[in-house]
Parts: sequence; C-alpha cells; structure tokens
Amino acid sequence: MTPSVSNTAVPTDTDCSRTQIDPRGPRFGASVTTVVLAAALILNGTTVGTVLIAWQTLVFALGAIVGLQAQPYGVFFRKVIKPRLGPPAEMEDAAPPRFAQAVGLGFLVVALVASLLGATVIVSVAVAFALAAAFLNAAFAFCLGCEMYLLGQRLAHR
Amino acid sequence: MTGVWIVVAVLLAATAFGLWNRSSSGRIKDSAATAGVVAAREDDPLAEIEADRPAPPVSALTGVLQGRLGSQATMVQFSSAFCQPCRATRRILEEVTAMVPGVAHVEIDAEDHLDLVRALDIRRTPTVLFLDATGRQVKHASGLPRKADVIAALGEIIPGRQGPEDFTI
Repeated sequence: MTPSVSNTAVPTDTDCSRTQIDPRGPRFGASVTTVVLAAALILNGTTVGTVLIAWQTLVFALGAIVGLQAQPYGVFFRKVIKPRLGPPAEMEDAAPPRFAQAVGLGFLVVALVASLLGATVIVSVAVAFALAAAFLNAAFAFCLGCEMYLLGQRLAHR
Repeated sequence: MTGVWIVVAVLLAATAFGLWNRSSSGRIKDSAATAGVVAAREDDPLAEIEADRPAPPVSALTGVLQGRLGSQATMVQFSSAFCQPCRATRRILEEVTAMVPGVAHVEIDAEDHLDLVRALDIRRTPTVLFLDATGRQVKHASGLPRKADVIAALGEIIPGRQGPEDFTI
C-alpha cells in the first residue's frame, strides 16, 4: 500500500472523497459554466436568463449532491472530449472540485429564487460571484471555494 | 446592457486577481521573526523577537511536533480536505526530505488543529512553515512552492549550507 502520492493511484479505497479524477474535466466544466453564467448575466431579467440560471443550478446540484460523475459538463467531457485527448499528466482528488460545485450551488440557488421573484439586482450580485469563481477555475485552475474553506472553518468554529 | 458591463468588470477583476495570485502563490518568504532569531543565535538562542508581528507561538506547535522535528530543519505543512495543491506540495517536500539529511516533513490537518491555525494565523492551505534546528519558524509559504525554492530556503536555514549548490539534485 503506497501513500497517495503516486500518480497512478486509482480509487483503491472505498472512501469516495479519495476518488481520483482527470483534472481537465472540472476545468472544462468551469469553462462551460463561465459561458453560461456570462450569458445569464447579460440576459438578466428575461425568461431566457432565468432558464439559464435554472439549468446551471441543476448542473451544480447534480455535481455537488450526486457526484462529479453525474455533472452534465463532466459527462460530456468524459464521453466526447476525453477520448480525443491523451491520458492526463496527473490525476487529482475529486473532493475539491465537488466542494466547488456546492459553493456554486449556494450562489445559484440565491440567484434562481431572486430571478423568479424579479429581484434583478440580487441576481446580478449572486451570478457575478459565481462567474468570478468559475472563471478563476477555468483560466487559472484556482478553486475559490477551496481557498475560502479554511477561513470559513476558522470563523465557524470559534 | 448593464449585464455586459458587469461581465466585463468581473472578468477583468478575476484576471487581475488570478495573475497576482499566480505570481505570489508558493513564494517562500522570511517570517517576520527571522532577523531577530538569526542575530540572537550566536549568543542567546532564546532572545525575544522585536518584529512587528508577535513571536511565533512555538509552544503551540511543540505539542504537535513532539519527536518529529528534524535535526537540521523541519517543514510543517498545513493541509485540508478541499485543497488541490496540497498533494503536489506533499510530494515536493517528501522528495526534498529524502534528498537533504536532517530535514523532516510534518503534515498537519488544519481542520483538526484550528486552535493552532488561528494562533499561527494560517489562512489557506497549503501553508508551509520552515523551522530551524531549534524549532523556530524562520520562513513560510502559502500555496504550492517550487522545489528549487524549497531547496534554496533549506540552504539558508541549515548552518554550514550556503545555498542550493551544496545539494546534488
């Protein structure tokens, strides 16, 4: 039993938090999310805008609650894009990107409720935060929710 | 039209932040206490530190590090469950530990030691603290550090080592 530093570590243990995934999957998903959220912001206040927010809320909910294997953009990556690429240089833990989906879900639930109530300013703020997080993930592989996690723990457990 | 401007503003701000983070993340910095410790080592290794930041609470760390300190230097890595660069950081530090004699790598789960995290003001993972032979914090880095930087930092910390050229990579 080698420690998890090995690149080839496949999910040998049953603990799902240690599941290994291709890091390009979440990066691709974040790129699609960036486009969807940018469109939702531009169409804020229209029916199409609300539909886009509802769709992205569903995507985040599947990724956060069911798991990354059920996240639609991840499924598209695995089925369509990954077969055309070589193997990844390195695998990564599934827990951080899944946590990121949960953070995104939090913002999108607020945005969806606000959108249904016609509160376009709240929609703008919530979607803007989610857009920033998705873009940082797509362009810089920077997981905003993950970086905030420890600060959150520090504040939550006083 | 407002939406377009919000999108542009968000993307510009995020790009600026991403570029700044990319350049600063993982950089190994001297801890505020360094000057005092280096000056004090010759005569009085326990001399108090006069930096603006309070002396690092070594006592808080000593419990966790009991019997795990390296004879020359120790790299204390704080990690958490939702941390992408923690694994790569661990690998780099373990490689360096195997290469440089007398250096230990200790990984601490930040969530299990929130008191320590607050006392040492650790804000993100991974954060690596570099301790000298006496267990004093002399350098720190948050984010994934570069291997060459880690080796250079140890070269400065370990007495008699002048720099990275003393190690065969």
